[in-house]
Amino acid sequence: MLAKLVQIITWANFAGFSPLILSRSPVLVTRSSLTDEKEGLTLDELLSQAFNGLSLGSVLLLISLGLAFSFGLMNVINMAHGEFIMVGAYTTYLLQQILAPALGGVSGGLTFLISIPVAFLAAGLLGFLLENTLIRFLYGRPLDTLLATWGVGLVLQQLARTIFGAPNVQVVSPGWLSGGFSPLPGLNLPYKRLFIIGLVLICVAAIYLYLYRSRSGRRMRAVMQNREIAGTLGIATRRVDGITFAIGSGLAGVAGSALTLIGPIGPTLGTNYIVDAFLVVVLGGVGRLPGTILAALLIGVFNTLLELQTSASIGKVLVFVLVIIFLQWKPRGLVALRSR
Amino acid sequence: MEKGKILDLQAISVSFDGFKVLDKLDFSLDYEELRFLIGPNGAGKTTLLDIITGKTPALAGKAIFNGKVNISSQSEHKLARLGIGRKFQTPSVFGSLSVYETLEIAVGFRDRPGRFFQKLKTEQVECIKETLEKIGLTRKARTPAGILSHGEKQWLEIGMLLAQQPQLLLLDEPVAGMTRQERDKTGELLQAISKNRTVLVVEHDMQFVRQFANQVTVLHQGQKLCEGPVQEVQQDPRVIEAYIGRKREKAA
Amino acid sequence: MVKAKVPTKEILAFRFLPVIAMLGLLAAPLVLSDFRLSLLAKFLTYAIVALGLDLIWGYGGMLSLGHGVFFGLGAYGMAMYLKLEASGNRLPDFMGWSGVDSLPWFWVPFHNPVFAILMAIFIPALLATLLGYLVFRSRIQGVYFSIITQAMALIMVTLFIGQQPLTGGTNGMTNFSTVFGFSLADTGVQVVLYFVTVACLALAYLLCRWLMHSRYGRLLVASREDENRLRFMGYNPAPIKSLAFGVSGGLAGLAGALFVLQVGLITPSAMGIVPSIEMVIWVAVGGRGTLWGAVLGTLLVNYGKSTFSETFPEIWQYFFGALFIGAVLLFPGGIAGFVRNMLDRVFVKASPPKEIPVPVDRNPSGKELESGVEVT
Repeated sequence: MLAKLVQIITWANFAGFSPLILSRSPVLVTRSSLTDEKEGLTLDELLSQAFNGLSLGSVLLLISLGLAFSFGLMNVINMAHGEFIMVGAYTTYLLQQILAPALGGVSGGLTFLISIPVAFLAAGLLGFLLENTLIRFLYGRPLDTLLATWGVGLVLQQLARTIFGAPNVQVVSPGWLSGGFSPLPGLNLPYKRLFIIGLVLICVAAIYLYLYRSRSGRRMRAVMQNREIAGTLGIATRRVDGITFAIGSGLAGVAGSALTLIGPIGPTLGTNYIVDAFLVVVLGGVGRLPGTILAALLIGVFNTLLELQTSASIGKVLVFVLVIIFLQWKPRGLVALRSR
Repeated sequence: MEKGKILDLQAISVSFDGFKVLDKLDFSLDYEELRFLIGPNGAGKTTLLDIITGKTPALAGKAIFNGKVNISSQSEHKLARLGIGRKFQTPSVFGSLSVYETLEIAVGFRDRPGRFFQKLKTEQVECIKETLEKIGLTRKARTPAGILSHGEKQWLEIGMLLAQQPQLLLLDEPVAGMTRQERDKTGELLQAISKNRTVLVVEHDMQFVRQFANQVTVLHQGQKLCEGPVQEVQQDPRVIEAYIGRKREKAA
Repeated sequence: MVKAKVPTKEILAFRFLPVIAMLGLLAAPLVLSDFRLSLLAKFLTYAIVALGLDLIWGYGGMLSLGHGVFFGLGAYGMAMYLKLEASGNRLPDFMGWSGVDSLPWFWVPFHNPVFAILMAIFIPALLATLLGYLVFRSRIQGVYFSIITQAMALIMVTLFIGQQPLTGGTNGMTNFSTVFGFSLADTGVQVVLYFVTVACLALAYLLCRWLMHSRYGRLLVASREDENRLRFMGYNPAPIKSLAFGVSGGLAGLAGALFVLQVGLITPSAMGIVPSIEMVIWVAVGGRGTLWGAVLGTLLVNYGKSTFSETFPEIWQYFFGALFIGAVLLFPGGIAGFVRNMLDRVFVKASPPKEIPVPVDRNPSGKELESGVEVT
């Protein structure tokens, strides 16, 4: 798994890297970029942008995994998924407000570490509730589910506004995550982003173990491949739905927790990432982990690099057009289950 | 290419995730032939129909329709226009369209797109009326297809094919889940429908096969086990082995 | 002769409804204040979008979450003409601010109002047809299609904001003065524009009605019910669906052009994800699959929004969220479905309740649900 990831990463870097050397167009700074606006491009900036793309891709991956699972399992897209990210972020914020004084101050970082699993649980619980109270009543009506969950998202956003206020709030990052690592002179890899990549790697590894090494994960894969047969074999398919949905939502919560490191958080935090995450699901294909991983990294890196080479807006258009063109060639995504 | 074959499949292979569903299968049909296709579950019968109608692409091999059309290079709707009709195993009708409207779609598929906005020609309306008579649904012409009974849906499907006038007709288990009466009526419909065209029927119901079949092909594990008149096939030891061997496995 | 027609009681109830509604709309300028009238005119342009959305969603089963884009493209097309008109011989003001020194080539023909109006309809229709064809050709349907259209909405907003020198960026385009030489501020002109909007809505309604009552309409419904089956009957669903999507896009473009004339402003945010999905809820509330339901739903939701959202913005947000949930969970047939059921009860008390195939979102052959694209 890890070896594969590294392979993908290197490849993605190269793919984006080679044509860019020729380019000397001015760089527009993207939302994922940490560097200041500058004219021209150097190798170091390129590398650090590629690194930023990778880190954006890894956050996307965390968000998309939940979407891809619930889509593969129930053929529903949860439009409130972005709000689960927001829930994770606000959980982190709330914990810092409450616990930090007792646990070594805001920059000690202990509360932040604690808040990651708590964010997972909070968002996961919410997801479980949503699945049980709404989504299962719309089973077999994917488009209606989409609209209903959008409504849930609106309510959650407004709830956040009511509780925390409309302006953004800031979570203080742990002190030991400030600064960065410089493998080359001029190339600075911020610790925060390295931490996020590490966190995503841990989550993906955990998901892999869950899917392929646990009984519960095996049941989930069975239901994904054939719901009827899995049901007749005694698997409680509805319970699998609920658990899967909860896990997926929990991952979005973790993503929200991670995003507090990058910038301020607000009620519409999730909406910035969710459309890209949907594209990851479309591009990656349904039901296989590698497809989602590859798609998330590709979209993350392409987004950052294309924006870098052209401009933020044209870059986005190009990514979209590339996805549409790709789907002409492989309508079922990068990796898809094939059945008779 | 041999003359006189409406369908000629040579060395067709299909696999899903490495599992071979059809394995270098040769299969052909003469003009105006009525052929039955039998075989245990998983023998590849439905997949064979998928190949012929362009639903599934073959991994290897050649499939020629009417001596000239290369099936693997055509999409489903083009093959249907060229005269390959198919009835699915489970009746799949358009639930919210009425019986009349469904037949209207079936009868008009050769029209130019521009005609979709005009009224049907008189002969097309006549064809629909005749079809309604034949399948006995004249009085239900306005009923939404979704609330027809199972048997009625099957007849509507057959009616759709009648209106479509295909040269080669593929029927996947036309009497599955039918009552005795419904089955007899379906049998009659089939005989009416198989005049002047080639029909390939996939069927499990051996009684039905014995009643109507002449030539039978037996598929087993993606290959042709044997082919011939129904009595001969029934006594073939390999066929008995395939069916009984299968039963023994199940019992174990 | 056997002919598939709607039952008589429904003809009674529904044939005259649009006529009565039409008369009401024509009389409105006599009753309403200028402010109310312009508000109504705005809602009526929205209703044209809703008709187009109903065409593809209610009849064709394609849920577009990107119709704001087509609406916005139409609006920008019209706005380009109005801006040039307002700027006289000079460059539009925002171009000057962004350091553009000559009019971009594609702006030039927009000096001509007829060209602008045609493009306002044609370009969104073309984009919709093209995107639709690419998507439907590769047999992408259901949720996948919705996601792709939503991504398109996000991207278009980013594009229009990013290309500030050409589009006016975040602020969009405003400060228009005249149309065909008449002042937009003039009350009489506004009333004329209102009647133009009513006429366009009526034409759009008749167009959709004609399409859906033709054999093409039945083909579209068939493609919603079972696209695969249609294929085996010798039809290619991709052009059938693309045409509906294209018409729908064109109608949204027309609506956008009318909107700019009424409101005098267009910004990229009008074409984003949120306005796009709001358009869907108009149709859902009104009742998908009935054209008059789409119009009614649009007017009601927008009336509610303009009444409550300013006085109780917070409560409105909650209510709006609940509307999405309720509209699909409790009233999948919307107002139209509800009225139909009531009428059925009134007119046929004696007969047992019959199953009305409400065109709610569903996929009868469950297999296809599994991937959003067809299982081979």
